[in-house]
Amino acid sequence: MDRMRSHIMVCGGTGCTSPESEVLIDALKSELEKVDYEKEVNVIRTGCFGLCDQGHVVKMYPDNIHYVNVKKEDARDIVNEHIVKGRPVSRLMYVAPEEKKNENKKDQTGFSKKQYRIALRNCGLIDPDDIYDYIAFRGYEGLARVLEEKTPSEVTEIVKQAGLRGRGGGGFPTGMKWKFTLRSPGNEKYIICNADEGDPGAFMDRSILEGDPHSVIEAMAIGGYATGANTGIVYIRAEYPLAIKRLQKAITQARELGLLGKNIFNSQFDFDIEVKLGAGAFVCGEETALIQSVEGSRGEPMKKPPFPSESGYLGKPTTVNNVETLANIPSIILNGADWFSGIGTESSKGTKVFALAGNVKNVGLVEVPMGTTLREIIFDIGGGIRGDKEFKAVQTGGPSGGVITSADLDTPIDYESLKKIGSIMGSGGMIVMDEDTCMVNISKFFLEFTQDESCGKCTPCRVGTKRMHEILDKITKGQGSEEDLDLLEELAPMIKDSALCGLGQTAPNPVLSTLHYYRNEYEDHVIHKRCTANACEAWNKYYIDPGKCIGCSLCAKACPVHCIAGAAKEIHVVDSAKCISCGICFRACKFDAVIKPMER
Amino acid sequence: MSQPELQLEDSIPATTDLPMEHYKTLASYIGGLEDKKGSLINVLHKAQELFGYLPKEVQLFIARKLDMPAAKVFGVVSFYSYFTTEPVGKYTISICMGTACFVRGAEKVLEEFKKELDIENGETTKDGLFTMKDVRCIGACGLAPVVFLDDQVFGHVTVDGVREILKKYRKEHEHAD
Repeated sequence: MDRMRSHIMVCGGTGCTSPESEVLIDALKSELEKVDYEKEVNVIRTGCFGLCDQGHVVKMYPDNIHYVNVKKEDARDIVNEHIVKGRPVSRLMYVAPEEKKNENKKDQTGFSKKQYRIALRNCGLIDPDDIYDYIAFRGYEGLARVLEEKTPSEVTEIVKQAGLRGRGGGGFPTGMKWKFTLRSPGNEKYIICNADEGDPGAFMDRSILEGDPHSVIEAMAIGGYATGANTGIVYIRAEYPLAIKRLQKAITQARELGLLGKNIFNSQFDFDIEVKLGAGAFVCGEETALIQSVEGSRGEPMKKPPFPSESGYLGKPTTVNNVETLANIPSIILNGADWFSGIGTESSKGTKVFALAGNVKNVGLVEVPMGTTLREIIFDIGGGIRGDKEFKAVQTGGPSGGVITSADLDTPIDYESLKKIGSIMGSGGMIVMDEDTCMVNISKFFLEFTQDESCGKCTPCRVGTKRMHEILDKITKGQGSEEDLDLLEELAPMIKDSALCGLGQTAPNPVLSTLHYYRNEYEDHVIHKRCTANACEAWNKYYIDPGKCIGCSLCAKACPVHCIAGAAKEIHVVDSAKCISCGICFRACKFDAVIKPMER
Repeated sequence: MSQPELQLEDSIPATTDLPMEHYKTLASYIGGLEDKKGSLINVLHKAQELFGYLPKEVQLFIARKLDMPAAKVFGVVSFYSYFTTEPVGKYTISICMGTACFVRGAEKVLEEFKKELDIENGETTKDGLFTMKDVRCIGACGLAPVVFLDDQVFGHVTVDGVREILKKYRKEHEHAD
């Protein structure tokens, strides 16, 4: 490789690639050629930097300057000003929302200050399409070490001592999982990487596979050695075409260098990986359902026990680990169990990646040590709420989790503390909601999701979630009663106790948690017949009070969509199907006859 | 004694309107698989990529080629939301309905598409140009609300932006003719 004076790193994650990162890369390259710098400055497409709503994000290395919202037209300025003249292009520099001033070093802003990257260590730093980039950052060194120095049982012990727990949601100790599979009799074993990231709003697994696929490949080989498996399978969502492409390329490169295949590092250990595609079923994130799907069947969960570590894929002992869990493994091997267990809280070690999304300023991926508070994540790293709105709640754990209110913002997060306040860690989706979000509507949204994704195998989930969704739908349409709330409370624990798998057992959580914290909102809907967040369809249209309307027709004349009918001197009526809630009629009326949606 | 392998012609229905070369490509893809039964989902992906959808005759073809009951193939097709048994339009509009998109107004965007195209979710326009469907979170939450038009991604889509997107593709279609 030629020695390069500097590197221009262009984010190539899905969020950034979509709006044509290839075009930007080509533009940068052609500008460099114009000034004869193409041999001194390298343009690299990397994984996600985490600042997803400000794409394209470009990082200048070694100057450590971040440019955001970069367009292809900006390539010229970046090359001519920054590279040639050494003057950073201030108009493109990253502005930290909490400071509102140009901050050219991202590493010193709130967004990065409280972060600690282990699973995402290489994302945005290396070219995911180049195995040598990964190797340069100590890639495959962990694999070499375990193959040369450790026995399988020693490897499982290191992972157990490190205290790593499953990052997909369950939180089961990874070392224990590996030990169980290792102890299971048989020569044919499997390790499966669960990349079926179904939790809406979580995208860390996608980013890791897009930005650092080799870390997952290396970890699977380590896990294969530790558990006695010679075959690894990555089960990945078909919705992630870019991640699939990068992963397949990475596997090919690893094979070419002998890091996958027969007799790796002359250790007599054989290991190879195949990729299997999912086809859009949330329940396939559950490990027994996932195994069914890998076998080519309908992804319906099975009764446990037997656990996959005894009888999994094709009836053989199988370990199923999540992408983020695996991405931690190489670092644990290199730095030791004590290093990893020194980070985090008493019960939860290491870091966790959260996908911060919703009504928050910095949407993106953040990785923080366990025990960081929600307030630090949402306000210090996330920059607070978008617009001038008030924080209302944050939803963690997706359709299986619950809401957390401002009262619990200072809870240090780990697996146990989140459970205590009625939510779960889940896979790390964190949806921030502002005052305009209706809690009844949001739980209806989640129930619609789980009901739609229920595989139908067991009755509590198939029928129970449907009934719950119907009740919530009724409430948001303004037809609910107080008995409906009692019914929800009666139904929820029944489904939780009797459903077959995690999907059904956790499906009522969003309802229970919102009912617990926002019962007043439910009561508003069923007793006072109003939606204070102004989100529910039944009440978000303007309305003319027949008692006050004198038929002056001012409102009808003002209405931009002509949805107010009525002859002069007769009572006017709003056609709520056409009403766009613009409020012009409200301002036009001189007799207070037009009622705002919220006040009904 | 193992059964003699079915010839390509035996598996294709006599009266088919679907392109023969797609059947041939699919047959050779299946022929190259080591573990045929375990690859049903991958085969269905391949078939959908070729034909655009999975009609009954293609499902039957796959069942015969993989030597399994057609009911099993149909069971898998109907289980996964990624597979469709209806033909799709020239462009497929996928509206992300993940939570992040939802809280940022994806519902309104979906309604606008319905109104502009005059179809329901999951349907295809009469001129065969657009198919509209909602999809599960595609993980581009930073761009919420997100709409995919085939592989092209549109981020931060507003209700007004819907018309712009459709205009662009209608124009592209006219120029292609």
